[in-house]
Amino acid sequence: MSVLYGVLFFLASIIFIGGLVYKIRQYWRTPAPLKIPTTPAPVTQTGVVWRLFREVVFFESLFRSTKWTWIFGWLFHFGLFLVLVRHLRYFIDPIPVWLVWLQPFGKYAAFAMLFGLAGLLARRIFVDRVRYISAPSDYLMLLLLLAIGSSGLLMTFVFHTYIVGVKAFFRGLMYFDWQALPADPVLLAHLGMVMFLMIIFPFSKLLHAPGIFFSPTRNQVDNPREKRHLAPWAEKLEAVDGQ
Amino acid sequence: MAKIDFEIPKLEDYPVVPAVKEGTMKHSQPYKAIDKFQEPLGYPGKLVDNWKERALDKMGELLGKYRSLQVYLDSCVKCGACTDKCHYFLGTSDPKNMPVGRQDLLRKVYRRHFTFAGKYFPKLVGAEDLTKDVLDDWYSYYHQCSQCRRCSVFCPYGIDTAEISMAAREILDSVGEGQKYCNEIIAKVYKIGNNLGLPGPALVDTLEGLEEDVEEETNIQVKYPVDQKGADILLITPSADFFAEPHVDGLIGYGKVFHQAGLSWTLSSYASEAANFGMFIGSYENMRQVSLRIRKAALDLGVKRIIFGECGHAWRVAYSFLNTLAGPFDFLDKRYPVPQHICELTHGLIESGVLRFDKSANDDMVLTYHDSCNVARASRMGRKPGGQFTIPRDIIRASCNNFYDMPYETIHDSTFCCGGGGGLLTDDLMEVRIKGAMPRAQALKQVVDDYGVTHMAAICAICKSQFTKVLPYFGFTMDQIVSVHQLVSNAIVMDIKEV
Repeated sequence: MSVLYGVLFFLASIIFIGGLVYKIRQYWRTPAPLKIPTTPAPVTQTGVVWRLFREVVFFESLFRSTKWTWIFGWLFHFGLFLVLVRHLRYFIDPIPVWLVWLQPFGKYAAFAMLFGLAGLLARRIFVDRVRYISAPSDYLMLLLLLAIGSSGLLMTFVFHTYIVGVKAFFRGLMYFDWQALPADPVLLAHLGMVMFLMIIFPFSKLLHAPGIFFSPTRNQVDNPREKRHLAPWAEKLEAVDGQ
Repeated sequence: MAKIDFEIPKLEDYPVVPAVKEGTMKHSQPYKAIDKFQEPLGYPGKLVDNWKERALDKMGELLGKYRSLQVYLDSCVKCGACTDKCHYFLGTSDPKNMPVGRQDLLRKVYRRHFTFAGKYFPKLVGAEDLTKDVLDDWYSYYHQCSQCRRCSVFCPYGIDTAEISMAAREILDSVGEGQKYCNEIIAKVYKIGNNLGLPGPALVDTLEGLEEDVEEETNIQVKYPVDQKGADILLITPSADFFAEPHVDGLIGYGKVFHQAGLSWTLSSYASEAANFGMFIGSYENMRQVSLRIRKAALDLGVKRIIFGECGHAWRVAYSFLNTLAGPFDFLDKRYPVPQHICELTHGLIESGVLRFDKSANDDMVLTYHDSCNVARASRMGRKPGGQFTIPRDIIRASCNNFYDMPYETIHDSTFCCGGGGGLLTDDLMEVRIKGAMPRAQALKQVVDDYGVTHMAAICAICKSQFTKVLPYFGFTMDQIVSVHQLVSNAIVMDIKEV
């Protein structure tokens, strides 16, 4: 079992990172031939960084759009963020002070995360407009995240797993020094689902994470009168008619 | 008012999000372009035999050319934030008029043919083959989007349905399913120089008539020159300004501003159109060809500045794209932005004290202002972000005593489209135009009831034409729509001086 999980983790990591690199490269290389920021837009690069920061950290546009989705969505994402940072303790040794300090926040953030996910799921089921646009994968994605979160919570608060062994396993993976993984069913389920999530990440709507940084309506500077913005393929049109 | 066989939406006292009713607008399709309108634009005259293959090829090509399309088709998480933001959904209840519903028509085909998940697990991720039924849906619903970008304001990833609609229309064009209204008009621009097909001599006649009218009214000889070589300013304005009401009152206003400020200006008969329908059909090439006419006119006439009249999508293309499509404009006077909006000019002249107003001339009106979608969300005026909201309002306040804004969630970058933008301003789309105007009409009704507003000012030829036509269905009258420069024209104090 330990070997299987070890191999799978390598595989999942390769697909996750490789897939993301592929998609990010694709976004990077595809030209944005016209200036299309949603205005009012920042007129400087610094302004754009600040706009993206507000969008990524506070979900500014979603806040303007619908408060319920914002509350659930933000609780889920911020909770997930804290939980993920907390999980660094299973990979870093010795654990830095700030990570020790973060531990209780990271533990309880899981509740916020699950609450947010439950809210998003309820919205998907009960709001007719959102139900209309939901495909099976949209529900399954929420259920998968709920299951990952719940299994994690179970281990934190109810059925404690042999966490020292888990850390040894992952440290072992990092340094190619194979260690046994505790054969605890909740743990195996938790890790299995996380690997599954990593594998589907680059093939699913989870691409919204890198996508937002490449969204021309959000990442462009509003300066079209000052600067031309020619894409390479558009430049060729100019060469054709000699202008 | 034309006879109608559908229900006009009722104006509620407060905004209501309707329950989803599937398929209510599936029947709404504009007339298709026949070969003589398709071919001048470089598109096949009718649906080609291998349309499926061609459509998918085109989609692949566009995915490689437009980052927006690639990122937006991947990134949607179906959060639902946009679902109640589109005026066409609010007016029709058809879920395919929800921005995400509209995007999904293209996205499901993208997923099926271009993604791993859609190729192997289509049912799971909502992927679908491109069938004739899907193509028909594209033709229906991508011609029920005015490319107003309201959805993109509220989307957490900034997904802009306008980008998707433009791509879809370009795909449709490339397989021979073009829209008559847009493509006929673009062909007219190539042949004659403007959307209305108004030839040079007729334009000269019209403007001479205007000069006479203005002289009769004011006793001042205000000139409306065409093709005057050596003029300083080239005015590019929507051709509707030449005779449609209330557009022409705006044009009269521009002339008075130029006259009073002592600026030399001219129109061009070669580039007698501000609107650029190349954008509506998502065609960079056609948008560029139309733009190059403006460059050529500026060069031929030897002007120093280019100023655009009141026109919404035109200002988007002018402000955001013109420099890219037809620049560099290094032969123009570098002290002025290229191009400028007529409101920027007037506003500057007001601030520097060159223009004076007798506001009482507009006392018969209580005004509100409709932010045109593409000015509000796809362009700017002045130096500061948001100038597109403050500058027109400053001009209205400078020339009128009575002004009230509509509810905050329906103005500025949350403004509702008039319902006729993006290539929908045609009689064969009357139903979607009327229904789509409901949210704006509802907001207007609120300030009519609360503040006794009598008139709504706008700076877009499409908004003005659309409102004069559809607002009567909601109990308003067609003359309640005015041009911003019509207000300027009414109130401007003109000195008698030699020109």
